[in-house]
Amino acid sequence: MDAYLDHAATGPMRPEAIEAMLPFLGDRFANPSGAHRLARDARRAIDEARDEIAELVGASPGEIVFTSGGTESDNLAVFGAGRAAAGPAVTAGPADDVARFGRAVCSAIEHHAVLDVITELDGATIPVDEFGRLDLSALSALLLEEADRVAAGTGPGVRLVSVMAVNNEVGTFQPLDDVARIMKRHAPGAVLHTDAVQAFCWTDVAVSCKSADLLSMSAHKFGGPKGIGLLVAREGVAINARQVGGGQERDRRSGTQNVAGIVAMAVAARLTAAHRESEIARLGALRDRLLDGLLQLVPDAIETAAVSSTGVADRTDRAAGIAHICFPQVESEALLFLLERGEIYASAASSCASGAMEESHVLAAIGVDPSIAKGSLRLSLGWSTTESDIDQALAVIPPAVERLRTFGI
Amino acid sequence: MQVLVGMSGGVDSSVAAAMLRDEGHEVVGVTLKLWGGDSDSGCCSVSDVDDARRVAQQLGLEHLVFNFGEDFDEHVVNPYVADHAKGLTPNPCIECNRHLKFDRLLTRARALGFDAVATGHHALVRPVGPAGSLRICRGVDDQKDQSYVLHMLTAQQLSQVLLPIGSLTKDEVRTRAVALGLRTAGKPDSQDVCFISHVGGGRRSFLSDRIRLHPARVVDKSGVDVGEVDAVELVTVGQRRGLGVVIDGRPRYAINVDVDARLVVVGEPEDLDVTGQSLSGFTWVDEEARLHALSTASVTVQTSAHGEPIAVATLGCEANNRTVVEIEWTEPRHRVARGQSAVVYDGDVVLGGGIVS
Repeated sequence: MDAYLDHAATGPMRPEAIEAMLPFLGDRFANPSGAHRLARDARRAIDEARDEIAELVGASPGEIVFTSGGTESDNLAVFGAGRAAAGPAVTAGPADDVARFGRAVCSAIEHHAVLDVITELDGATIPVDEFGRLDLSALSALLLEEADRVAAGTGPGVRLVSVMAVNNEVGTFQPLDDVARIMKRHAPGAVLHTDAVQAFCWTDVAVSCKSADLLSMSAHKFGGPKGIGLLVAREGVAINARQVGGGQERDRRSGTQNVAGIVAMAVAARLTAAHRESEIARLGALRDRLLDGLLQLVPDAIETAAVSSTGVADRTDRAAGIAHICFPQVESEALLFLLERGEIYASAASSCASGAMEESHVLAAIGVDPSIAKGSLRLSLGWSTTESDIDQALAVIPPAVERLRTFGI
Repeated sequence: MQVLVGMSGGVDSSVAAAMLRDEGHEVVGVTLKLWGGDSDSGCCSVSDVDDARRVAQQLGLEHLVFNFGEDFDEHVVNPYVADHAKGLTPNPCIECNRHLKFDRLLTRARALGFDAVATGHHALVRPVGPAGSLRICRGVDDQKDQSYVLHMLTAQQLSQVLLPIGSLTKDEVRTRAVALGLRTAGKPDSQDVCFISHVGGGRRSFLSDRIRLHPARVVDKSGVDVGEVDAVELVTVGQRRGLGVVIDGRPRYAINVDVDARLVVVGEPEDLDVTGQSLSGFTWVDEEARLHALSTASVTVQTSAHGEPIAVATLGCEANNRTVVEIEWTEPRHRVARGQSAVVYDGDVVLGGGIVS
């Protein structure tokens, strides 16, 4: 039996979401921007979806910008925030961009969809501690330093801070309220963006991400289709559009809306929110059984960024569905193949365009020794995960690790 | 058998995978990601991984990507750079075969439960002699034979290596690829060093990004200055082009390169002649091959990838130091640059090989 334990990469769609989108691939195909009855039907579908999603994420409908997914939302937020909303944002290069609009900074464990934009814009990264949580004193120090430079007339200040809600590799929650508090003190003009792509299943973002001015989400991480996501842009937070044209999404994201995707995303979001509390309890227990089992069955296994007091793991600071563990003297690439042979589907670090494993910047930032990070394994659970998936993982993984250690790879 | 086929994205390994599948093996394809920097194509770029994956899909095979970039840097790229800094002329393809394809990959394949690793090299693995010992032999296509770059494989490794296309000519490989409808059928052969981009300035630019290149005096045998070069590290013994030295209407050849002294000595072609060469780091296919080489008058030596076999007068290798081999030619020959590999054959059969020291 296939045991799919890669929900943080993507998961199966909820059947109700599939059903909800089908009419919009068929009879209800019209362009919502049109002026006729069929168009109004499509328009109504996305309006209702927008209302529903807005409520679920703690925003007003006008604050929702539908995008093609997490990466687009992250790019739109990090490139676009803190500039004039209308008109081009063309600059002569990173230095000119910083001089005109201010600096953008992010945590060192952001997804590449944020991190690479920050790098391109000559931004800065803020370190995390050994538990994978943002170093708040480093954030304070950085913002203070930038504020001092503004006061001295030698710097443009910080325009944006981007800190993800839940890390995609190790699952740690980030202290957004604390970040917002520190920003209020040292960089009151800056905008807080959070990449909440991994968050929606594991936390009520309407509460946990309320401090964020901008928030990115992606439907396929919670049972919706790929190719649809959203950016919450709070009232009064201007974003410069990356994609211009027909003026859809209140000029923040032009292009004909993905009606079927939007409708399905709303259904997936509704179901996820409705079952969230019970799923967190159910999947958290499975995650604990999985991790505790592996730690017991595999010699020298190390739970990544583990918090423990008196030897008992405390996983309350991380997403219930993400288990991250490292096996010294093992290489993930080889392990994943043996797992696949045992019909377990999981991930190691991030993969590059060719499909090859790359070193994880997240594990490096947490301070995991590179030789240990080589043997990393992320098992991520979701709505379709069952007890038997966990049994299978516990049966397949320990002998696979032992085999690779015997061969010395 | 369960076979892991190294698929570079080229036509040879594509056909190799197809042949093994058709022979009834359980075949999985793998592409090695070796080089993270710029390259024109070679083994390493994303488009080649795409080609390999698409061919595997076409053949109904699973396809994996292994990132051996760190090992490639350690065993191939860094030594290549360090050798040039010492004035040697290394062959990185041989080191890649030695350390990556037939060590790292073979070990991993065994750990993952495969019985053998296959590649698209033009060479054959055959049992030879009364004992039926496994040997690398020249592929049937003389022009494409790659036994030279596989000389380091021991008999023990060969028991886990399959080279299916060694029995075909290149034309036959392409014909099969066309018949199978493979997208790689018309793809040109890879050339040169896969991790060096010609668009990006070639070997000079690659090396100058990593080591300091030094100008050097060019002198004749009596020590008189006759010119200069701007990078002594790029001069190879035997080289004529790029030195720009013509005396009495005859071009002169580099007959000695001294990186430390920043000196290139030029002379006439006959000044390159030597009566023999010393090889180090020599690997014999097995002990039987060593004894055979020592007792067989007809052994030949090949000193470049597509060079001619050269007759040998004597070949010496002591039992207590099997990695060192002394060769005496039957008549004086141009010196082979240090760092190049020399491979000992009996007819079409590889017995071993080492590096010119």
